[in-house]
Amino acid sequence: MKSALVLCAGAVAVIATLALAQESKIELKPGPGRDLVMGYCVMCHSLDYIQANSPFMTRQVWEAEVTKMIKAYGAQVPPDDATKIVDYLTANYGVGAPAK
Amino acid sequence: MDRRSFMLAAAGGGILTLSPRGLLAAGLPSGAVEIGTLETLPGKVPLIRRSLRPPNFETPVDLLDSAITPNRAFFVRWHLSEIPEVDSSKWKLKVGGPALTTPAEYSLDDLKRGFEQIEVVAVCQCSGSRRGLSDPHVPGVEWGYGAVGNARWKGVRLRDLLNKSGLKKEAVEIAFDGADHGVTAATPDFQKSIPPWKALDENTLLAWEMNGEPLPHLNGAPLRVIVPGWTATYWMKMLTSIEALDKPLATFWMNTAYRVPKGKFAFADRILTQENDASTPITEMVVNSIITSIREGQKVAVGQDTDVRGIAWDGGYGIRTVDVSADGGRSWTAADLGQDLGRFSFRTWRIAIRPPKAGDYPVMARATNRQGMTQTSELIFNPAGYHNNVMQRIVLVAA
Repeated sequence: MKSALVLCAGAVAVIATLALAQESKIELKPGPGRDLVMGYCVMCHSLDYIQANSPFMTRQVWEAEVTKMIKAYGAQVPPDDATKIVDYLTANYGVGAPAK
Repeated sequence: MDRRSFMLAAAGGGILTLSPRGLLAAGLPSGAVEIGTLETLPGKVPLIRRSLRPPNFETPVDLLDSAITPNRAFFVRWHLSEIPEVDSSKWKLKVGGPALTTPAEYSLDDLKRGFEQIEVVAVCQCSGSRRGLSDPHVPGVEWGYGAVGNARWKGVRLRDLLNKSGLKKEAVEIAFDGADHGVTAATPDFQKSIPPWKALDENTLLAWEMNGEPLPHLNGAPLRVIVPGWTATYWMKMLTSIEALDKPLATFWMNTAYRVPKGKFAFADRILTQENDASTPITEMVVNSIITSIREGQKVAVGQDTDVRGIAWDGGYGIRTVDVSADGGRSWTAADLGQDLGRFSFRTWRIAIRPPKAGDYPVMARATNRQGMTQTSELIFNPAGYHNNVMQRIVLVAA
């Protein structure tokens, strides 16, 4: 059984590596606040969530999403950084944001 | 299978096509289209990416072209990013809570040996399937049509476990927890609850098998809850604990998420202990259908039969009819229904369309269940984008 266990652990590692390799290809648009988004948001989820939810959210809706991540999901983001994150998301992934 | 073809009263060119706003699919947000690439997860055929971590992947519609959805094509949906690989030989299920007389713990073998084994064919549909088609768009996982599948599930009845442990009359909800969890302890663990009457339903199962195989890891191995008729939010994956509660479960996932505005949809099933003045938990699926065999703008030959196929389902009453239109909803013909695999299952349907002359033929399908409930032509908007059963409209171009 020992060899089977090793195989199993190996399979898990492969899955994780594939997912990480895929995630590393996600590139958010350049702009002020991007580093904050890549630092905080990526802790709990891949950044394609942001891309998929665009470009239809107003500032108010992005603000509500960021607030939900902090209040409901427990993201530890200081208020100043949260504001900058909302600025970035609205400018780059909000209504009327430029493509790519 | 017996095929039926219908000649169309209205020819292309010059026909008045009904195209109210609700009939024109809004389409996915452009950002969701861009990231919606086909990716191959372990044990799966290529599925459409909606997010990488946690993994959310939907089934391409052409792979839904059968009554039973193959395990390898079945959609994947997780809320939280920590998804352990559970060793089924060491896994245990805890059954307890304040409204249970005798707590118990079971291995997978204990469940298989100790209780009657039951099979049910049932549709598993993410509450948010088609959220991406909401008009206006709403935030969330931007699903298209394919966050749905149908499988033959094998397991034991939840009620047999509850009865063995002595369910007290004080029980108000039966709560489930799975092995998945958030990255930080501050993230609310994904827990759900159902009313005792639903937990005691003879069709509510704890299943280890899906279409004759062990549950795939990404679909909740080693054991998941099967709540036929209800949306998949209650079908807890990687189940680790069942608790009989004497007060309503206090969690974000019941009190805030997975809710619909009160009075907006006609439900028979309600979780009264979780209702408030404004909203109520989502419960049974609305009657719905998907056209699986044709694509928008597909070229077809005048005078030749084009096979139009699809699937239909509802919240557990069963499908009575599926009507198909090839003139944008002006006239309808009943399609042939496939084998009846039970009232919780997909029902396949098919019909042949033979265009009499060149032109556009907007094809629509409309399922009706045994309660007489049917699909809508206008979206019933709600903030989470649930229960979208707007009839599809796919234009065939005859030449």
